[in-house]
Amino acid sequence: MAASRSSARRLDPARLLGIAFLAIVALVWSTPLAWMIVASFRPQSFGGLDMASLTPNFTPTLANWREALDSADFARLYLNTAIVCLGILGVQLVTITLAGWAFARLEFRGRTVLFYAFLLQLMLVPPILIVPNLVTITRLGLYDTLTAVMAPYFASAFGVFLMRQTFRTIPRDYEEAAVVEGAAWWQVVGRVLVPLARPGLVAFSIVSVVAHWNEFLWPLMVVSSTENQTLTIGLASFTQGAESASQWGVIAAGTFLVAAPLMTAFALFQRQFVNSFLFSGVK
Amino acid sequence: MRAPSRSDMPETGRSFGPFRSPRLRTVEAWLLLLPSVVLFAAFTHLPFVRTFVDAFFSTPKGRRPSHFVGLDNWSDLAHDPIFWKVLINNTWYALGTIPLSVGIALVMALWVNGRIPGRGLLRMAYFTPTVLPMIAVADIWLFFYTPDYGLFDQIRGLFGFAATNRLGDPSSALVAVMVVAVWKEAGFFMIFYLAALQQIPPDLRDAAAIEGASRFAFFRRVIWPLLMPVTLFVLVNAVINAFRTVDHIFMMTGGGPDNATNLLLFRLYELGFKFWDQGQASALTVVLIAVLSTLALVQFLIAGRGVHYR
Repeated sequence: MAASRSSARRLDPARLLGIAFLAIVALVWSTPLAWMIVASFRPQSFGGLDMASLTPNFTPTLANWREALDSADFARLYLNTAIVCLGILGVQLVTITLAGWAFARLEFRGRTVLFYAFLLQLMLVPPILIVPNLVTITRLGLYDTLTAVMAPYFASAFGVFLMRQTFRTIPRDYEEAAVVEGAAWWQVVGRVLVPLARPGLVAFSIVSVVAHWNEFLWPLMVVSSTENQTLTIGLASFTQGAESASQWGVIAAGTFLVAAPLMTAFALFQRQFVNSFLFSGVK
Repeated sequence: MRAPSRSDMPETGRSFGPFRSPRLRTVEAWLLLLPSVVLFAAFTHLPFVRTFVDAFFSTPKGRRPSHFVGLDNWSDLAHDPIFWKVLINNTWYALGTIPLSVGIALVMALWVNGRIPGRGLLRMAYFTPTVLPMIAVADIWLFFYTPDYGLFDQIRGLFGFAATNRLGDPSSALVAVMVVAVWKEAGFFMIFYLAALQQIPPDLRDAAAIEGASRFAFFRRVIWPLLMPVTLFVLVNAVINAFRTVDHIFMMTGGGPDNATNLLLFRLYELGFKFWDQGQASALTVVLIAVLSTLALVQFLIAGRGVHYR
């Protein structure tokens, strides 16, 4: 540490070059977002050449926002996306807690086989099985429903392994003490294990909601009517219309509307988000 | 990392649950696992088996049910020039995006790990694309690439260069969509490197400085080997992403021009959903599964040899 601090005071050219390079990369990384925000407030009459400019050299207008809100039923899109995300998460939390606990604590017949069967799901990520899954959904009569969007994600191997790891860090003594006190197993799970496993559950929830809020391919395949569309599908069809008219300000506003809830949550709970993604990786 | 507890000890096979006999305990465990098992069977394992079967059957059409066609779907696939083009495209896509996004992630992490002004903001700027939907990201980049008045052409215009159409030109379209993937992914991988770098004790740097090791030697001999497990984890994710993320293709090119940006999963969508060719789509799914399992196996073997856990 001492060495790095003394080199910080010494402004050698290599270091300056490094900082300059870093600044450029940072600029490249933040330009797209900055552009999106600036363009969404730009008057439409500017059009053409000025659209690329990042500096807000104009009187901001809400016209793009109004038009974006008018050209798609955003209330419905938000509602559908929220139903999908919370529906998936709600079922997942139950399935992964039960399965994670069974793998962490119980010895039983077929444990190894099941463990590998679950592991297989980590590799066979749902996007790869879209074709057979579409057939299954159609046969179940779920085509063009929000349940169809959610169903393949109700169980999560990743979540099960995450909860298994989390439960294993909790000393058994707590559970046994509760049993000695006369608690039934569901009371042990609900009152002792779940509260202690909260970090794992929170991390999983954030990763799950981000993934399904942003999902595109599967909802595109199983939803056909407008009233069942999620935000990403809505944005895609809306962009195709606005792009041909070169209404980039409207597209920027629409893009922002889709990304805003997660970006706001991320800005508020930055550390929690980063830690959740990290936690999700350390399996 | 955590205090040793009784849960770290070998399983004794003892459970506190209500069922103390092994057989009842097995029933208890299976009941807890039942919801997950049923759902996995319905949406992972049965479809997985189905795909292998369907790949040898024709696509049901109207009143004509599906019938066994042997290797027809496979020979159709093998004779389809688009299939080979897509396979080659995806190989280039993987070879381009994986090293670039992992490399940039590492460099970013090394930088923001140091004591530099505004590093909190930098970290956030790098990480934000992870949280954004790929569809929204594609929207923004679509505009950047727009001929004449997109951001890139505006900058080129300042220096007197002519307009370009990167997404419309088969020779540059694939690179253009690769850039978007790297921009989206690098920040996600960065946080794993950053976390690993923060675990490395500062004494190591001091020791290396006393030994007179150069910064590069220190990185190569000390930091890089210690980062090996993270690199492996990040690589596994990058490989899977290179084969499963195609949202930006929908938005930016639709696989075109002339299939220049068509990737395996996008082709799968076209075959299965646009052309309703279930037989060929199943064969292509098998190819995709084969590619991913081969890569997983290779990585597993490399991991067995090259990774040094502390």
